Amino acid sequence: MACEIRETPFDPWQETQQYQQAHLEDGKYGATASFVGTMRDFNQGDDVSSMHLEHYPGMTERHLQKICDEASARWELLDCLIIHRVGEILPNQPIVLTVVWSAHRKEAFEACRYLMEELKTRAPFWKKEGLGDGHRWVDKNTPG
Amino acid sequence: MSISVKFFARLREQVGQGDVSLDSARDVQDAWQQASNGMAMPDNTLCAVNMEYVDHHTEVKDGDEVAFFPPVTGGCHGL
Repeated sequence: MACEIRETPFDPWQETQQYQQAHLEDGKYGATASFVGTMRDFNQGDDVSSMHLEHYPGMTERHLQKICDEASARWELLDCLIIHRVGEILPNQPIVLTVVWSAHRKEAFEACRYLMEELKTRAPFWKKEGLGDGHRWVDKNTPG
Repeated sequence: MSISVKFFARLREQVGQGDVSLDSARDVQDAWQQASNGMAMPDNTLCAVNMEYVDHHTEVKDGDEVAFFPPVTGGCHGL
């Protein structure tokens, strides 16, 4: 199980493959569910040119780990991975990756969704969008 | 020993500083009042003591780290 904060861009597909090769046992996992959140170039009808993602070092990692622990207690999982960007992010760059490996698809789908939904409401991250004429804080996330 | 108070994101900008050190505080609400330069706490403010979510009335002890921040907005982009 791993939860990582990254200050530089990452390739979610490469990360998934590398983690799987390093941590999963061949023949044991039948289902891999992943979610990738990517930065758009628009929001609320405005063009967004960049985004700054702030976090609370220490607390953010602790709560990502808790969310993974809860998912592992609730579903029968083989492993899970969360990677989340902080710092300056540009359109089309991945913001977040959640991956769950399990024997069967039901657990993988449900736990992957759980990781994302819990992350969005509990992990201390804050987004500030760069617009053509200034910046604005994103005040809230919408439900799923 | 002292109490470390942290403000994040929009609250840091509104209060005008990210880190404040207090000699003592009774509870989370008291820590806010001492550290926030007289600003009223916005209704949706989230509070943490030693990196765990708490309510405004949680007692604060010497050596604690108290944090205040707006609703969190991680994960995929936007509204």
